[in-house]
Amino acid sequence: MAIKQPSVLPGFGLTFGFTTFFLSAIVLLPLAALVLMTASMHWSDFVRVVLSPRALGSYRLSFGASFLAATINLVFGFIIAWTLVRYEFPGRKLIDALIDMPFALPTAVSGIALTTVFAENGWIGAYLHPLGIKVAYTWIGVTVALTLIGLPFAVRSVQPALLEVQRDLEDAAETLGAGRVYVFRRIILPTVLPALLTGFTLAFARAVGEYGSVIFIAGNLPMKTEITPLLIVIRLEEFDYQGAAALGFVMLVISFVVLLTINLLQTWGRRRLVVGGR
Amino acid sequence: MAAGAQSASLEDIATRPGRDTLRSSVVRWTFITVSLLFLAALLLAPLATVFVTALEKGWRAYIQSFADPDTAAAIRLTLITALVVVPLNTVFGLAASWSMAKFEFRGKSFLITLVDLPLAISPVISGMIYVLLFGLHGWFGVWLQEHDISIIFALPGIILATMFVTFPYVARELIPLMQQLGNDEEEAAITLGAGGWITFFRVTLPKVRWGLVYGVILCNARAMGEFGAVSVVSGHIRGLTNTMPLHIEILYNEYNFVGAFAVASLLTLLAVVTLVVKTLVERTGYRRR
Repeated sequence: MAIKQPSVLPGFGLTFGFTTFFLSAIVLLPLAALVLMTASMHWSDFVRVVLSPRALGSYRLSFGASFLAATINLVFGFIIAWTLVRYEFPGRKLIDALIDMPFALPTAVSGIALTTVFAENGWIGAYLHPLGIKVAYTWIGVTVALTLIGLPFAVRSVQPALLEVQRDLEDAAETLGAGRVYVFRRIILPTVLPALLTGFTLAFARAVGEYGSVIFIAGNLPMKTEITPLLIVIRLEEFDYQGAAALGFVMLVISFVVLLTINLLQTWGRRRLVVGGR
Repeated sequence: MAAGAQSASLEDIATRPGRDTLRSSVVRWTFITVSLLFLAALLLAPLATVFVTALEKGWRAYIQSFADPDTAAAIRLTLITALVVVPLNTVFGLAASWSMAKFEFRGKSFLITLVDLPLAISPVISGMIYVLLFGLHGWFGVWLQEHDISIIFALPGIILATMFVTFPYVARELIPLMQQLGNDEEEAAITLGAGGWITFFRVTLPKVRWGLVYGVILCNARAMGEFGAVSVVSGHIRGLTNTMPLHIEILYNEYNFVGAFAVASLLTLLAVVTLVVKTLVERTGYRRR
């Protein structure tokens, strides 16, 4: 049984061996520890931990705020990508480079900076506070932090897809009397839809697990402004390893489902492109 | 996207006379304004805040905050961690991309998925798995304690957690790049009698150098800035196991805003340098896939 196809290049054994060894030692074995720790729990204990009111409250905030943030990113990611691809204006290249800032900026930094800006006496918070909008230490703040974290995923997914939109089709449609909304709905949206959904899913996946930028701006009140990753940290600090592992396991399963969704979306997008380019 | 006939023609179409009616220019400026306002509130305001708050009490206070021995210790710890983690993950990335891009074997795409796995996992979980293994109540906790080895709440745990989080960065840049560039030159070198290492250093490495730079700087930025995973394994011991991001948290919670934002300003500058290098690399024609 030939596992590897023959090649004149050397070094397969060495590099493959090193790769799998390193991968197993750093990633796979530790992850297996999480699964084993969860599996060693009694089923009723697992259910009690995972469905406790405090855990349910944290899911509601984590997933709710992540969903909201990903939706905001879906809309503004499209607008920003469109602006960067279609329009020429001073500072465009700078803005384009700046989009990746949340990737490069440590989450603790964005956390304290956002909190300062959106606090009652902050640059933006001071204007929102008289309107009765409290951002810092509420679920709105959590959503703001998760929006910042997810933004590059949304913009960078949509940008290449927008470049693919065939401009001559748009022109042809307009010449034939189609309105702007019609052109958007029938030509632009179908081309960028898989990319939009991929960007949404990536932003959502990143937001659900986010910790650093959220804990500063969230009030961290149980049931109200406590995200699931924080609850895991609290359990670990109480040396309740099983409780932490169970919650981690739930998040891991959800991450896998999201990852699978991304793969399916990308396959779908590629197939559509092939059919479209026939 | 400066040069190239394609982008020039795109810009031609965009600025073609007759297209810019009153309505389309209203749409154009609405889009640009909305984009800029959104980015200003979410990105520029926090960035500016970092430096404004750090310098709130003047340059002297700013410089003074680095004289604090705990801050210096945090900077040192972050540098040590990055110095261990980045080279190891670079070697891993090179090995992984050589084995996966140069050869065809069964289960390859599954293996690539496994390499990307840490990106999909919450930083908190990335740290927790090492606590479950090596923590006091973890699988090896008792054994480690008997032999007087500390991993959790010590440097090895910080290094392990950082390694996990930054694990895929170099590999995922290099694998697609090497696949795209193909094996022709390497095969020619080997056929002409060059050894494996010579071929790697003289043929492959120059071919993929920009992808490598790209992966390494992203890996480094993440390694120095990681918060969640390191926070779980570090134990927050001042002057001993606090990395820069963790030290920011402590200073901030003590209302020492100048100190917190001074440390944050260093990490922000690192992020800016990372983005500048990334932009320069992209200017050489290297594009992420």
